[in-house]
Parts: sequence; C-alpha cells; structure tokens
Amino acid sequence: MMQIPLGHILVLSSMLFSIGVLGVLLRRNAIVIFMSIELMLNAVNLSFVGFAQSMNSLNGVMFIFFIIVVAAAEAVVGLSIILSLYRSRRTLNIDEFNLLRW
Amino acid sequence: MILFYLFALLSVFGALGVLFLRNPIHGAMSLVGSFFSLAAVYVMMQAEFVAVIQVLVYAGAIMVLFLFVLMLLSLRDEGPSFIRWSVGKVLAVVIAFGIWAQLALVLGQHDPEALVPQIVSSGEEADSIKLIGQLLFTEYLLPFEAISLLLLVAVIGAVVIAKRRYPGSSS
Repeated sequence: MMQIPLGHILVLSSMLFSIGVLGVLLRRNAIVIFMSIELMLNAVNLSFVGFAQSMNSLNGVMFIFFIIVVAAAEAVVGLSIILSLYRSRRTLNIDEFNLLRW
Repeated sequence: MILFYLFALLSVFGALGVLFLRNPIHGAMSLVGSFFSLAAVYVMMQAEFVAVIQVLVYAGAIMVLFLFVLMLLSLRDEGPSFIRWSVGKVLAVVIAFGIWAQLALVLGQHDPEALVPQIVSSGEEADSIKLIGQLLFTEYLLPFEAISLLLLVAVIGAVVIAKRRYPGSSS
C-alpha cells in the first residue's frame, strides 16, 4: 500500500486547525465554540499520526492516547460549566457572560 | 490515494459545517461526520488503534455528551450566531487565515519528510495494538496512572459543578 505523503497530511491538519480557530473566534454559541476546540485537538492528533507514521515510531500514538483522554476530561468539565451557566443566565450566547469583565 | 483525498475533503466539509450551520445540533452531526472521515484517514495511514479510539471516544462518547447537553438546554433562537462586531469578524478571518498561511508557508519551504529523523523500527508493524499495550504499561506507566487520576478529578469536578443547588442547602 502506498504511503500518504506527510506534507498532504500536515496541510489537511493545518486546514482543520484554522477552521477550528475561526469557529472559536466567530461563533457566539458556547457549545459551538467547544466543538471548534475539539476540532483543533483533532487536527493536532492528525499531525501526530502523520509524524508517527513517517518516523515509524509508536510514541506519537501514545501521545494521541493521552490527548484524547485530556480532551474527554476537558469536554466533561466544560460542558458542566456551560450547564450551570445556562441555569443562572438562561442563555448560551457568550456575549451575555460578562461576570469577569472589568 | 484517491480515497485519502475524498475523506480529507469530507472532514474539511464537516468542519466547515460546524462553522457555518446555524443550528448547533446540525453542527454537532456535521462534526461527527468529520470525525468519522478522519478515522477513515487514520485507517489509510495504518494507524488502526487511533482510528478505533477516534470512533469510540470522539464520535461515540464526546459527541453524544455534546448532543445530550444540547438536548438538555432548550434551543431557543439565540439571535445572531456570529459575532456582531464586523471589525472583529474581519480580524478573526485575518487571524485564522494568517495561521493557516504561516503553516502552509513553512510546509512549502521545507520538505517535512526530510526533517523527520528516520527511526529504525524493530521490524514490527508500526501500529500493532499489542506493542501499544506493552508500551503503555512499561514506559508510559506513570503518565497512564496520572491520566487516570485526571479522569477521576474531571468526573468529580463535573458532578460538583453541574449539581443543581436546591434552595435551603447550605452551599
């Protein structure tokens, strides 16, 4: 089977990462912002797999294992924060949350 | 090779769906599609373990969690789903495109294959699950234990944060 060139994988990864950045910066829905963060984590995972394949080493795969666990923990805590925010403010629009603004 | 480009295109379209679809549930489903096509890309890169984890944890667990939260919160019309400040919009596009252009520029100037040191493997397959298991419980034992502790802390934190505070309780 032909190996996919590393450059193509990295370009795909950078495209996904930039779309994630754009989502975080543009969207105002807190949950959509969280989904964009997951997208960025996925882009990083993709480049890890690309380098692991290119170096013929398993350390990249181990890193992905840990990244995915951290992403799961982050999603759980973040979504519970969103839930309790929604209970107090009845909205998900992050423009309404100005508790920490000076 | 054609399949790689097909699934790469599908994952980019899924990501764009998260960005542009107004309804967050549609965005979440589009993100699930993006994760599935990324898993297909991982299979093509001979990283079956990562592909399985991707489908099980990302598409299976994390996105179901997102959908549950979206269901719990009633979906009223949130008004404008994008930021209102148009200068900020332009700035956001410029920043994101700048990040992408920088990455592409670096990739265009250097051949990434040449930068990677070639590690001679022991002749085994690069992604055999048996090897990953052995590595996990020997070389990466301490990070493994630490990450399990992190999961425990996350579970407790989520329960404490999302707990409904009844009137009359002391907290």
